[in-house]
Formats: sequence, C-alpha cells, structure tokens
Amino acid sequence: MIESLLKADSAELTQSTKKGAPVVLSTRLRLARNLVDVPFPERASNSQRSDVMTRCADQIAELTQMKHGAFFDIAELSDLEKQVLVERHLISRELCESKSGSGVFINKDQTCSIMINEEDHLRIQFLKTGFSLRSVWKQIDRFDSSLENDLDLAFSPEFGYLTACPTNLGTGLRASVMLHLPGLVISEHMDKVIRAVNQLGITVRGLFGEGSDATGHVFQISNQQTLGESEGEIMARLGSVFKTIIDHEINARFKYIEENRARLLDQIGRAFGTLQNAHVINSNEAMNLLSLMRLAVDLEMLPEVNRSDVDRLFIECQPGHIQYAAGVGIEPDARDLCRADILREEFSRLPALDFDKVNKLG
Amino acid sequence: MRFSFAVLAGADIIIYMAENLNCSYCNKPATVHLTQIVNNKIIKVDLCESCAQSKGVTDSEGYSLTDLLSKTNLGPEKGEPQITCPDCGLSTADFRRTGRLGCAACYQYFVPLLKPVLEDMHAGTIHKGKIPDVALSRQTSMAKLQSLESALLRAISEEAYEEAAKFRDEIQAYKEDAESEAVQS
Repeated sequence: MIESLLKADSAELTQSTKKGAPVVLSTRLRLARNLVDVPFPERASNSQRSDVMTRCADQIAELTQMKHGAFFDIAELSDLEKQVLVERHLISRELCESKSGSGVFINKDQTCSIMINEEDHLRIQFLKTGFSLRSVWKQIDRFDSSLENDLDLAFSPEFGYLTACPTNLGTGLRASVMLHLPGLVISEHMDKVIRAVNQLGITVRGLFGEGSDATGHVFQISNQQTLGESEGEIMARLGSVFKTIIDHEINARFKYIEENRARLLDQIGRAFGTLQNAHVINSNEAMNLLSLMRLAVDLEMLPEVNRSDVDRLFIECQPGHIQYAAGVGIEPDARDLCRADILREEFSRLPALDFDKVNKLG
Repeated sequence: MRFSFAVLAGADIIIYMAENLNCSYCNKPATVHLTQIVNNKIIKVDLCESCAQSKGVTDSEGYSLTDLLSKTNLGPEKGEPQITCPDCGLSTADFRRTGRLGCAACYQYFVPLLKPVLEDMHAGTIHKGKIPDVALSRQTSMAKLQSLESALLRAISEEAYEEAAKFRDEIQAYKEDAESEAVQS
C-alpha cells in the first residue's frame, strides 16, 4: 500500500535537493487537537472512533495542502509497512498499536502527516529539512486554521486546546529540532548539555533505535511544556537553546580537530573504507559510520552534494526499510547483508576523501 | 543493564546502583533509579527492569519523568475528591491510573485534581496561545440558535403563539445576521 510513498521522487527527508546544513537535520512541529463532541480516542467506542475518522478524513481530504496526498487505514497496513512509516517519523508507535478506526493522511512530499485517533483525535505534523521553526509554524498554523473552519475543536479559554494527556494541554504544540552532535558526544560533553537544557524546559532524546545508544549521534530537542506560554514563546526558547547547542557543537569539533586531528581523520577514513567494503553490517554500526560521513561533509572532506545521500541513508538503512526493499520476509541476519550491499553500492560512487581540507583547518 | 545515555536523555538522571530499593510499582527489586528536576522540584522513581520497560522509560521515542508520573497511581492521596465525569464516565481512579482525561468535558469536572498536576508540569496554568476564533464563534452562535429553536418548540407546544412569533422573528434575524457576516468575510 505504501509503495508510492517510498518511490516518491520528492520526499522531503530522503529526496531533498535543498542545500543541507551542518549539525541540523530537520525541524518538526506537532499539534494535538480533538473534536469537542466525542470522547478522546481511548475512551471512545468503536463506532465513535470510526465516526471521528470519517468526519476528519472527509475534511482533511478537501484541504488544498492534502492535494495528491494519501490516506492509510492503520488496520489495513502490514506490520512491515507500519514499521517503515515509523522509521520515516510519519506515524507513531502508539498509532500502530491502536484499535480499529485509526488512520493517517500523508501529503505528497511527506512534509505533512495527520494521524487520526492516536492519543488525540488529531495529531497534525509538519516537517522540513534544516532549521525553520518560523516557516513550518506558518504552514501548520494555516492548516490548523483551515481545519477549524469545518470542525468544532475542543477548546477552553482557560486551558486552551483540550488533549487526552495533560502534558499536551494548551497549545498542543510539540516543537522539535533534530540535531547531529558528534562533537559533543565524542568530547563527552553531551550530558552536561542535557542537564543545562533540561533546566530550561527542553527535552533531549536520542533518535534512532529503541533503548540504544545515541546511535548516529542524532538527538532531538523539544519543548516539555505546552501550557502557560504562547506558541511564539515556546519556539523562541527552543530556538535559543538550539543556537547555543550549535555553538557548543562547533566549538567541540574544532577543539577535537585541534587536539586529536590524526585520530579523527583515522576514524573518518576507516568508516569510509568500511562502508565501501563491508559485506555484513548491522543497523547500529551503519548509523555510527554514516554519522562520521555526515561529519566528513561538514568538514568538506566529501562534496556538499553528497550530504543528502548520507541523510537519506540514515533512513534507508533502518531495519524496516531494508526488509521492505528486499521484498518478502528475510531474516535479521540477511538484512545485514542487504544493508552492506546497499552501502557498498552507494559509497563506491563517492569520490575519495579529501584529507587536505582538514589539514588546512586551524 | 540495557540502560544507556540516549534513553535517559529526557532527564537529569542519576543511576545509583548501590541502593537496594524496591520498584515503586510492583515491589520487585529496583534496578533503575531516576531523578529529575521539574520546576525546581526533585522527583525520584525506582523501577525494576520490566516496569522500566513497560512504562516506556527505555523508549527513546518519548520519555520524560513528568509523563511517567502523570500516568501512574504513585501515592494517590487519601481523601482526595472522588469525581466522575457525567459525559464520559471517567473516575478519579481512572485518571490516576492512566494520567489521561476521557473527554473535553472532563476538563470542567477534574479541575481540583488537575490544577496541582498542571502547576508541576507546565510553565503556567492559563492558556496564552492560539485561539480558534472561527470555531468558537460558530459554537456560540450554534448554541444560541439551538436554544432559540427549542424555546420556539416549547412555546408552540404550550400554545403560547405570541411568544412563539417572537422567537420565530429572533431566529430569522439571527440567521440573516449570520448570512450577511458570512458574505462579508
């Protein structure tokens, strides 16, 4: 069912032709919304849930932003298809496990997904590569307002938008930025950063893999609080934390290059060699090697045009994607072979690493 | 232990393996001890391996102690108000167990239990963000129209025709107003 999504030639996260940026991968905003006259999904009956799904789906399908979009009924997706959508951050794990009457709308370039009957009746998500809280907010705000023209949303003047869990009450806004922070991890400054950022009401999470290490050195920073501040204030705070983290990351990188140049070049060189020659590689190792390749692009050891390839492989090397690409039912061990095949093929096309660039630095 | 840094990234966490506490949920020996500072208050939770898993502490997608605490029945206070939402039937016990409300109306009835939770959780307890103006004015005018219409029916059934005529005119005027507003916008 999801074939057309994976084959799309315009997907924001995997096919973007825009110039990428060092450190920041993507910006993502989410709004939680509920209809006023039906219990929240967990307490709604099956017929109420399917009524919500029909009403919302009809309205959403009408909106111009959803032109050429696709709707998926979760009950009709296979486990593997759901996993692929989770790996693309288009749906949540909670939605996968939900009862009947849940679905998701995904627009053509996969910058927007609307989950129906997740924890709330509606979870609207917009994303963009790079850092752009303001422009993503404009899009999601407009979308939300156009929904409001036809749907009566649960809202109270005191508490704002009413949500199933009080942690989302008020604005219903979760703003997050995905960051690539190898400098802070390698220099072991990450926990200090996390502690400081926590004090400011910002959460830091690893991105890839359950319960795993901060695989790929990718982190997501997002606001914890949704009530008592306007959307603008929430995003301003996140933005300022974001800028501080970037400064620290860049400093950590320069310091590391200054003190451990040979070691860093060795790590990047070996990673490149492994990616070009490995025949068995698990997802964890792949993420960590790809992280070093993204760093290599930042350091101009690889051409800037290859940044989007690395970012795409971050997603395409996830277990679900590998299995989906391989066709039906392969064992986890076989996945590691397929992943290595893909990576060898991709990295054989890249030019050799330009070590001189780093030697000229500092 | 499977615990690693990214998982714990949502919190200021101190893992002190030496202390021999029991799990706050099931009383098995706790192996995971979490501390987080939320709005200058220290919150501590001890968990066994399996509860840590099932409470989503090991889920890198979404974990924060505030979420965890709001979803638990840790220390339900004796003598707290027993509330039941007349709309969806959610009870105080349900709320303590799941940490979630059942419907929009719950937010009217659960205020005494909610206020302290919100104070701990958020930057304030009053909404300062976006207001869905269009939906709100539509809801108010729908409610107004409905009450006029039911008043009209009641007047007719009571054969109070003079009153009924008055309501009929009011409804007519209200609908015309709404239409001209719609045209303008």
